[in-house]
Amino acid sequence: MNRKINVVRILITAIMFAASLIMMLPLVWMVSASCKIEQDVFAYPIEWIPTRWNAIENYTKVILENQFFKNYLNSFIQTGSVVVLSLLLSSICAYAFAKIKFKGRDQLFIFLLALMMIPPQLTLIPRFMIIQKMHLYNTLTGLILMEIFSVYGVFMLRQFMMSIPDSICESGMMDGAGHVTIFSMIVFPMMKPALATLGILKTVWTWNDYQGPMVFLTSKEKFTVQLAVQQFSQADGMTPIYSLVMTGAVISTLPLIILFILFQSQVIDGIAVGAVKG
Amino acid sequence: MKLGHRTINKQVKENMMGYLFILPQFLGVIVFSVIPIVFSLYLSFTEWDFLSGFSNIKWIGMKNFIDIWKDVAFTDSLKNTLVFSVATIVFELGLGVVVAVLIDKYVYASNYFKVVFFIPYISSLVAVSVVFKAILQPSFGPVNQFLMAIGITNPPKWFGDYRWSLTAVIMLTVWRDLGYYVIVFLAAVKGVSKELYEAAALDGGNGLQQFWYITLPLVKPTTFFLMVTGIIGSFKAFDQIAVTTQGGPGTSSSVLVYYIYNSAFRFYKMGYASAMAWVLFVLIFIITLIQWKYQKIDVE
Repeated sequence: MNRKINVVRILITAIMFAASLIMMLPLVWMVSASCKIEQDVFAYPIEWIPTRWNAIENYTKVILENQFFKNYLNSFIQTGSVVVLSLLLSSICAYAFAKIKFKGRDQLFIFLLALMMIPPQLTLIPRFMIIQKMHLYNTLTGLILMEIFSVYGVFMLRQFMMSIPDSICESGMMDGAGHVTIFSMIVFPMMKPALATLGILKTVWTWNDYQGPMVFLTSKEKFTVQLAVQQFSQADGMTPIYSLVMTGAVISTLPLIILFILFQSQVIDGIAVGAVKG
Repeated sequence: MKLGHRTINKQVKENMMGYLFILPQFLGVIVFSVIPIVFSLYLSFTEWDFLSGFSNIKWIGMKNFIDIWKDVAFTDSLKNTLVFSVATIVFELGLGVVVAVLIDKYVYASNYFKVVFFIPYISSLVAVSVVFKAILQPSFGPVNQFLMAIGITNPPKWFGDYRWSLTAVIMLTVWRDLGYYVIVFLAAVKGVSKELYEAAALDGGNGLQQFWYITLPLVKPTTFFLMVTGIIGSFKAFDQIAVTTQGGPGTSSSVLVYYIYNSAFRFYKMGYASAMAWVLFVLIFIITLIQWKYQKIDVE
């Protein structure tokens, strides 16, 4: 009986392994192409391991040319600022909804939740005009400003704060501490796991955002890395240099892959939790 | 008397603190959500070329909402959105639950599979699209070279073929998002008690029957949740289409959000685009209402 089950298990593992290889092929092809000279990229049968290595040339070329490195830095600045600022804003707001008993609290919270239903595309055109009126069009600041007010973040952190017993805050009150002290000294430090999850989610979403930068940035030196990769593949109507396009794609994906390797379980749990975002 | 006064004071102070704490977030939400919603509703009843300035906004009543239904590009985009949505969801849910069950119960090295299926999901859609564009390149891409090598003389031109462009976009999307569905289903499948399976095995139920009669019914809430959020998410698809086909050839792979974007930021038809954005909202709203209704029934 036991042996029979093991045979089945080995067989299924083998089939799944084949499936997992197919899943990996596009990404393996991408990495492999980024290490080749252009003439070998489409050689058939596919040379999974390059016969003529060109990795160093490709990578230095992409990093040094076309402002790619500048665009890469922009993405780091954008993602870093958005994550830090949105976590801060969301947690301050979430604290009020979880721990301060002010008038109209529940109504305001429902109002905020209702806004989660609005697709961002609905507000895209007016936001574009507002950003122009604020003279922040084609600036990283404008892009960042728009991405830091996360209703989802408020919602998620409030749920987490509700699980912190009120008695902890009340004992702080007894000692004469105000809400600012209780928030910054007691509640905020307790939220580390929730902040980590939200921070990871926000990093993935912001880093990979394409529509926002596409609408709100126009000049090449302001571009984020996603726009830079897209530009590479358009190549102004000419045939793109595929080895370099793939190199750009690898470099643009690398930070998230590293993040994933470092925080594998948090990323996976976070994504499962963040399912609500839509 | 004195005590009452102090309590009132305390409540006023508590109110002030509350409003102070929510102020920064609400300022942002008002400027970047509430005002835009109102303005977008207003714009949807107007005709306005963005380049002509604010003074040239012209009120035209319901005209946009009537005109869009005569616009083939719009109806095509709407149709493509629905096809894209149904196709991606069916494949993602079906493959997702099967792969999750296999990883959970039937393989060695389950962690390896979890990671491999998940990695495409954290890669950006732009990078993934660029890679697929190369792999599916019609004349010298590896996929078509392979197809020709095994004797298919006229393989599809994928992103450049009006019969295949939407299919290619769907393939790309399913490949990338599958890992997400696997992860969420895995969490649900893990929650199913082992005893149920053991009891079924004692009664002589084989793996397939266990899957059909135990696993599927028990993960139904998860399936429902993934279906609703998946449909809403797929209505907003944009990145992969903007990078691979730009809606083409013709309108063969244009979807709602892509057409809205094009109308607004390529042709500057802000009023017309806003009207279409409201159609998108109504679609999403209907799905959300259905979700609420069924979740209530589930609770009862």
